[in-house]
Amino acid sequence: MEALSRKRIDEEKVSLDSDEFMDPETLKLEILSKYPPKVARKKAKQIIVNRKETEEKYPEIQANVRTVPGIISQRGCCYAGCKGVVMGPTRDIINLTHGPIGCGFYSWLTRRNQTDPSTTPDGHNFMNYCFSTDMEEREIIFGGEKKLRAAIQEAYDIFKPKMISVFATCPVGLIGDDVHAVTREMEEKLGITIFGFSCEGYKGVSQSAGHHVANNGLFQHVIGLDNTVKEGDYKVNLLGEYNIGGDAFEIERVLNKCGIKLISTFSGNSSVDFFANSHTADLNLIMCHRSINYVAEMMEKKYGIPWFKINFLSAGGMSRSLRKIAEYYGEQKLIDRVEEVIAEEMPAVKKAQAEVRPRLEGKLAMMFVGGSRAHHYQEMFREMGMIPFCAGYEFAHRDDYEGRQVLPNLKVDADSRNIQELEIEKDPERYNPRISAEEFEALERNNIKLRDYEGMMTDMPSGTIVIDDISQYETESLLKTYKPAVFCAGIKEKYTVQKHGIPMKQLHSYDNGGPYAAYRGAINFYHEIDRMVNSKVWDHIKAPWEKSPELAARYTYQS
Amino acid sequence: MKTQEKIEYKATSNACKLCSPLGASFVFRGIERSIPLLHGSQGCSTYIRRYLISHFNEPVDIACSNFTEETAVFGGGANLKLAVENIIKQYNPKLIGIATTCLSETIGEDVPMILKGYNKKNFDENFPEIVSVSTPSFSGTHIDGFHSAVRAVVDSIAVKKKISAKQINIFPGMLSPADLRHLKEIVSDFSTDYVMLPDYSDTFAGPLWTEYQEIPEGGTKLKKIASMGDAVASIEFGRILAEEESAGKMLESRFNVPCHSLGLPIGINETDAFLKALETITGKPVPEKYIQERGRLIDSYADGHKYVFEARAVVYGEEDLVTGLASFLSEIGIIPIICASGGESGLLRQKILDIIPDAEKIGIKIIEGADFVEINEEAKKIDPDFFIGNSKGYRIAREMKKPLIRVGFPIHDRLGGARIVHVGYRGAQQLFDIISNTIIATRQDTSPVGYTYM
Ligand code: SF4
Ligand code: SF4
Repeated sequence: MEALSRKRIDEEKVSLDSDEFMDPETLKLEILSKYPPKVARKKAKQIIVNRKETEEKYPEIQANVRTVPGIISQRGCCYAGCKGVVMGPTRDIINLTHGPIGCGFYSWLTRRNQTDPSTTPDGHNFMNYCFSTDMEEREIIFGGEKKLRAAIQEAYDIFKPKMISVFATCPVGLIGDDVHAVTREMEEKLGITIFGFSCEGYKGVSQSAGHHVANNGLFQHVIGLDNTVKEGDYKVNLLGEYNIGGDAFEIERVLNKCGIKLISTFSGNSSVDFFANSHTADLNLIMCHRSINYVAEMMEKKYGIPWFKINFLSAGGMSRSLRKIAEYYGEQKLIDRVEEVIAEEMPAVKKAQAEVRPRLEGKLAMMFVGGSRAHHYQEMFREMGMIPFCAGYEFAHRDDYEGRQVLPNLKVDADSRNIQELEIEKDPERYNPRISAEEFEALERNNIKLRDYEGMMTDMPSGTIVIDDISQYETESLLKTYKPAVFCAGIKEKYTVQKHGIPMKQLHSYDNGGPYAAYRGAINFYHEIDRMVNSKVWDHIKAPWEKSPELAARYTYQS
Repeated sequence: MKTQEKIEYKATSNACKLCSPLGASFVFRGIERSIPLLHGSQGCSTYIRRYLISHFNEPVDIACSNFTEETAVFGGGANLKLAVENIIKQYNPKLIGIATTCLSETIGEDVPMILKGYNKKNFDENFPEIVSVSTPSFSGTHIDGFHSAVRAVVDSIAVKKKISAKQINIFPGMLSPADLRHLKEIVSDFSTDYVMLPDYSDTFAGPLWTEYQEIPEGGTKLKKIASMGDAVASIEFGRILAEEESAGKMLESRFNVPCHSLGLPIGINETDAFLKALETITGKPVPEKYIQERGRLIDSYADGHKYVFEARAVVYGEEDLVTGLASFLSEIGIIPIICASGGESGLLRQKILDIIPDAEKIGIKIIEGADFVEINEEAKKIDPDFFIGNSKGYRIAREMKKPLIRVGFPIHDRLGGARIVHVGYRGAQQLFDIISNTIIATRQDTSPVGYTYM
């Protein structure tokens, strides 16, 4: 199936109203009844049965609000979003955690970002390392700046890196260590780029705050350091692709084949050299809107680089995205080449789809991950004939659910206010609008929407369930009520789901699998889900004596 | 207690230790219907859950009080109470174990003060037991958090009712669920009653669910913990722990329950000491089953010693685990050529010397407060035969093209970390077979002949 179009989805109401199927609204009430009244009121706004209300409008969902204390959530902290997600996948920057040991230890190689150091001349790769100031009591009492300075010096002496960044953890913010002052001072002393992030874990309500902090840091300190213009046509940056399980490698393969030149990926398989030069690209492509849209917006304002949203997960998404890029450039050469590539890649995809569909058709899938994957993977499941019935994000904002048109109406609460919004101005020399206002309008007319993301809910049929920041208890309720064929989330949910005898696919780390992006990735994913859903393991859950109780009874009687 | 010769201000690269609330969470998960609650921002609890989950391959719920910026500035009392209330509503636990994080410690939160007067009166339903423990990671590692939590639980729950129960208290330390099961089997075989704290043998290694479980079944019963003051004796494992304040010693000074401090029962010598202690306490002879098991183990040592003799191992992990493994390795003729731990009790060197008096003469290098970069540097100098420790040593083992035998915690790149038996003759047998076969396999693979018979 070549990509379900948006229209078809709207028309296609999920109708699962057989007798055994609990009405989603009933389930919602059941879930809420278990919470104390105040929590229930808040949660009611985060559990939404999707319904197209008017031509353009979907129901409002509450997102990016604090998790209630005592409710066990999937979310991590600001530091995790900054260091782990955005900065972590870059191989040649030394990421130094300023704090007690746990924070650094837990974010050490826990994401499966892959990288290929052979593409940068110095071959630096520090991703296997976890650097920490390992603060101890005396630093908590007397301050940790001295130790931080010494740690930066030590890292420099041993590794001679091009760049060092420092991450503040919770205690650091409270004892008042100034990571920015220390890094500035060390930058002067050592003559390499060194900068700090105020990403204390208590900031914001989830990892999302950390993404923003990281975006700001990259933009202020790294992007634009190198003005070299690279050879090549159709120069793009790929934003919000972290190369889990080798996704970026597969995407790079296809882009290369199309003749599209990738300047920098933020931040899968990346080098700070690529970031430094990324402002020379013509176009920014956004995969994960949540974690990186800030960089895209700032680059547009300062350098005049337009951006749009693409989705390279699923074969349909890949083809549609490639065509969008080709149409954006509007050159026949590229349009033709893209069609050739699609024609070359699709037969294998079609074959794989045909193989798995008979075994998967009509089965339910649920996905609760991140800030974009819960959306991106839906098309993948539809390509296998499955129904993405429930979905939600861990740390997204309303625009990721309902689309960017809600942005002007978003309230800025205390938790967002403590994350700095940078004031961006046009770069006096380097601002260069890649397209004119007229071209922009022409593209819009042509349905190439720039600066836009339609959100996940607009892509889900009526009657499906959307839950923001799902709790452990809500997960259990969904599993019990709808018994999906597969549930997708992260490691924290994996074993709860499997305890119910339901296969669980990790969409953060991919369970050692991948790549799943682009064409070969999609084929991998179809086969993986087929294997999981149809695995023999699940047949053994009930022992023979449980399957036929009469049998056991007879034996008891005979003895 | 820091060793002073360490260079001032050294950064840690690739740490060989985890943080304290993780250890405390282990303990609270090992008590009947108990939920750990971390007082701090949500990152810590999420990271810790993630680590426990990937080791045990089991669901692990840990709640937290979700500090925000204001909470961090103005104090977390209200958040903590709200968390307690929500946990009670959702889980109806018998115990909530509260551990602090670096954040709440930095601002000096006093959990008992916050929760003073907050009790049954605030709720109609069963109000759970609440135990709190202070676990700042900036002064101590995960193992300190573990032992502090055990002590806090005993401190607030154990009493003496003066009806002397014929029961033994067992404080196993941070072992695997399979270890705990094996210890329980051994003690039961002495036909004696016991209380083991913590006991996560079911909660961290349970079967598939036939119905939804809010809190996995299993764990030490609260009633049993309360009766610890009446026991005839306590057995506590850990030669390092023996020098520190511990739950066993608290019971001894408070309720006159004699405490037997032993090394982790890894290998023959330490297991012998454990069985001997059980014999002394119960007055019953060591069951035949263990005499047989021991006999078979010695027999296998005789068969296999030539393969392992004078092999050199890099051992790392918690100090007590390292001490236990060093004892086992040296009794089978392997030289634990590097004994390293991220812990900094300052006692590791002495404890290794107690077990292997000529350790320094034969060139054993003991590194306290180690990180993996240091271990790597030392290992490169001596070209060891294998590494033994948790998954975090994989990178250096790989770099040096040496096998890594996974034991302890965390093991997140192999299945079955929860099923490894380290203790007792049975544990020694398994470790011996794995080590011997690893050494044989390496020689076989690198031998030009590729022999296939013993
Ligand atoms: S702040 Fe402390 S408790 Fe939290 S993860 Fe870091 S070291 Fe552990
Ligand atoms: S202390 Fe703060 S920064 Fe560190 S893991 Fe916990 S929440 Fe995150």
